[in-house]
Amino acid sequence: MSTAEGTVTEDSLPPRAGDPLITPEVVADHGLSPDEYERVRSVMGREPTFTELGVFSAMWSEHCGYKNSKRLLRLLPTEAPWVIQGPGENAGVIDVGDGYALAFKIESHNHPSAVEPYQGAATGVGGILRDIFTMGARPVAVLDSLRFGDLDSGRVRYLFSGVVSGVGDYGNCVGIPNIGGEVAFDRGYEGNPIVNAMCLGLMKREELITASASGVGNTLMAVGARTGRDGIHGATFASEELSEDSDESSRPQVQVGDPFTEKLLLEASLELIASGVITGIQDMGAAGITSSASEMAGRAGTGVELEMASVPVREEGMTPYEILLSESQERMLVVAEKGREGEVRRILEKWELEAAEIGRVTDDGRFRILENGVTVADIPALPLTEGCPTYEREGVESEDIKAWRAMDLSEHLIPEGDLTKSFLLLLGSPNVASKRWIYQQYDTTVRTSTAVRPGGDAGVIRIRGTKRAIAATTDCNGRFVYLEPRTGAMIAAAEAARNLVCVGALPTAITNNLNFGNPEKPYIYYQLREAVLGLASACEAFETPVTGGNVSLYNETDGRAIYPTPVIGMVGVIEDVATITRQAFQHEGDDIVLLGANTDEIGGSEYLYVTADLVAGPPPAVDLGAERALQQSVLKMIRERLLSSAHDCSEGGLACALAEAALGDGERPLGVSVSLDDDLRPVACLFGEAQGRIVVSCPPDKTADVLRIASLHEVPARKIGSVAGPDDGFDIRLRAASISAPLDAMAKAYFDSIADLMDSPSTGA
Amino acid sequence: MKAAVVTFPGSNGDYDLYKAAQQVGFETDFVWHRERGLDDYDLVLLPGGFSYGDYLRAGAIARMSPIMEDVVAFASKGGPVLGICNGFQTLCESGLLPGALVRNDVLRFQGMDVRIRVERTDLAFTSGYEEGQVLRIPIAHGEGNFEADKDTLERLEGEGRVVFRYVDRHGNPTDEANPNGSWHNIAGITNEAGNVLGMMPHPERATESILGSDDGLSLFSSLAASVPALST
Repeated sequence: MSTAEGTVTEDSLPPRAGDPLITPEVVADHGLSPDEYERVRSVMGREPTFTELGVFSAMWSEHCGYKNSKRLLRLLPTEAPWVIQGPGENAGVIDVGDGYALAFKIESHNHPSAVEPYQGAATGVGGILRDIFTMGARPVAVLDSLRFGDLDSGRVRYLFSGVVSGVGDYGNCVGIPNIGGEVAFDRGYEGNPIVNAMCLGLMKREELITASASGVGNTLMAVGARTGRDGIHGATFASEELSEDSDESSRPQVQVGDPFTEKLLLEASLELIASGVITGIQDMGAAGITSSASEMAGRAGTGVELEMASVPVREEGMTPYEILLSESQERMLVVAEKGREGEVRRILEKWELEAAEIGRVTDDGRFRILENGVTVADIPALPLTEGCPTYEREGVESEDIKAWRAMDLSEHLIPEGDLTKSFLLLLGSPNVASKRWIYQQYDTTVRTSTAVRPGGDAGVIRIRGTKRAIAATTDCNGRFVYLEPRTGAMIAAAEAARNLVCVGALPTAITNNLNFGNPEKPYIYYQLREAVLGLASACEAFETPVTGGNVSLYNETDGRAIYPTPVIGMVGVIEDVATITRQAFQHEGDDIVLLGANTDEIGGSEYLYVTADLVAGPPPAVDLGAERALQQSVLKMIRERLLSSAHDCSEGGLACALAEAALGDGERPLGVSVSLDDDLRPVACLFGEAQGRIVVSCPPDKTADVLRIASLHEVPARKIGSVAGPDDGFDIRLRAASISAPLDAMAKAYFDSIADLMDSPSTGA
Repeated sequence: MKAAVVTFPGSNGDYDLYKAAQQVGFETDFVWHRERGLDDYDLVLLPGGFSYGDYLRAGAIARMSPIMEDVVAFASKGGPVLGICNGFQTLCESGLLPGALVRNDVLRFQGMDVRIRVERTDLAFTSGYEEGQVLRIPIAHGEGNFEADKDTLERLEGEGRVVFRYVDRHGNPTDEANPNGSWHNIAGITNEAGNVLGMMPHPERATESILGSDDGLSLFSSLAASVPALST
């Protein structure tokens, strides 16, 4: 390869036979701007080879390099005394007491899932599991946060059922219980489904291992599956917008998962870590060998030298470029202590897997790639991993969205009288309805530690041998973020925290997945910045630092962006499993107490979407101090064993929250008799999605204590009714409106609606 | 009193079964599928999971593992063998139990609590239950639809070898209570001698109330009570 001046300098590498010439078009195809390419040349001090260009393209993609989000992410609080490992590793790690540490992280697989839903989702689960067990933690739970268009489209049903099967089959096969998550349907996600998967892993504190290539002279080994031609440039693909023809043309960039190999790799990796024969381990995830090797070197301040001819491959004739950028699944890079490579191989052999020596740790800070002894890439490791250009762009709010937010909604607040029909419609809307059709395709009970299964406010996993348990939830209402990003992001965190306290857990830390459109557009960058600022203030207020996460930008099809969707994965600690609380009413005759205040708000609600096909108005107001007080008061009530149940109010408002508590898991629905004297318009009172509300129930002799604790925390609270019997109905009376529904009609609407839409759709596209 | 949990590549219920056996007092070991010899054990447990990824057919490759010869020998000497979920599939593939487990009729993986009725209590596995008792136990499988030819089914029913049946909360074997399309709502069967039990539901996942049910515990405590007598 010649330099720009046409001369060959001392450092230049001879061109590799068969590699294309680097032209401006080739550079553009690699997703690098002319300026970025100039930066590559200045880092290299010469023209890069084609192989080197591929390496830079992957490492400096949005997916690996966070070039549009890095500066914003620095605004998030990341520290607390209980944080053991913050952002920058494969996963965050926190201390959860009794000598245990929890590794957890969320990751997106949006682009692959849009193109090939089953494999896209399955490999998403596979990747996040590997991020957890490479920290030395055994994966103990998975959650999934999914978003699709409306189910009346045949294409959406195809994506939805493919994604759910993919998430399920992978986790089921590896044997990790799914304990929760969320699913939303809205035309805002029509072209770009959102598929985020979160994993939790437990370990003893001392079992923590990190992904660094330490110890000059140590051996790099490729472990697990062979490297093939699948997923080449997946990281770059994930950093582009989709178009109508992405479907067919991009399918080769989607990887194929093999959960059976993953299970073997999981056991082998944990055994390797426990054996002490390795000093570092990392998943070959996005950008494959390139990112795992260069990041491990970057973290340790060392260099690596890799021989491509030694990498076990699936097919002959793969070029170094292909091997370096393949995203074949179920592969690991491990650093074996010099002289102990045989022990690594023996452990892998027991699990019927391969391990090959492919390189060594050096002291020169270079990322050097050989092909049969000939150098084909030689890049300084630190600029490659840390030198990705970062951008702070101009952010301007969209005038269109401002107009939607300012829309006058008063006509939608007029209805009074018998609102039972609207109530049942809302209860059967896929956004409110039971997600049973989904989680019944998941194994939720394997590993015999699931204390609260999907369908509740948060999933709960006990820690065997202790009294402790971990609760986890994922939350984000993209409509609220779309209408007002800062408020919407605060709401996402506030709802996550409410979900955790409802099961009795203290919110402890966050992993986030920022799913947004193309940040080069000012209105998208505005959404991203505002959402990060909102999230940062909520994290401060709730003392829940962010320990890691994922950024997925360019979620657009044919120029249309998804709703900005900063998904919050929040974890909390339950000190005594005996205090675990559930959302379902437990006893006939219990008092129902509403914590928090109803408001006149209806903006961004499911009610507006279902009854008027509208996403408009301002999102509900959120007061972080009031949320914090609410969280603390509920935790105190639960720890004092006052409550029979607790349930957060979210989509569908107070009426749907009461219905969910009444129906429970469908085994033994209980009636409800509630009367509300609020001086509010009935629709807002019943179906508005005002924040900071939790519905609790308690034996009547505990009600005074509940109200006392609420008042101590300055949380508005009042008894609004009582739990009735299984043969009674569901009744809510307001001054000017009412709901009166039999439990079986409610159960039908709530439990069967998604299954009915999937099994016998009335329309199709 | 020793129990062996036989593990195959891809087993994932091995740990749960190990804990359940331990909970009722068995000294329990994992026995890797390439190992040989079960003579030291009083009880053999085949766990759930996806042995060999369920590639080819659930349990079809696992049955060719070296250890399966020992499982067959152990069973033929009257030793108690319990296969759950993928373990049940492996027992059918190996010929220790008749019939086959095919794709659920709903064509989806089914993970949920079901109710099963105890049809027989004179077995080492079920002596702690009442006849007709209805248990709430989780299932988690994609291929749990029990099928057999007409003669086999008639023999199974005639000889009282159906041990568990899917039922509703009132104990009736209805279609609605059948999660996978199994013939005659069959959830678990035994061999002629009554020392080999295969079942799709997971009793090991219903051994403590924090898990949602402890209805499965009696199966293990029944074994703990019966096994010493069997081995003398």
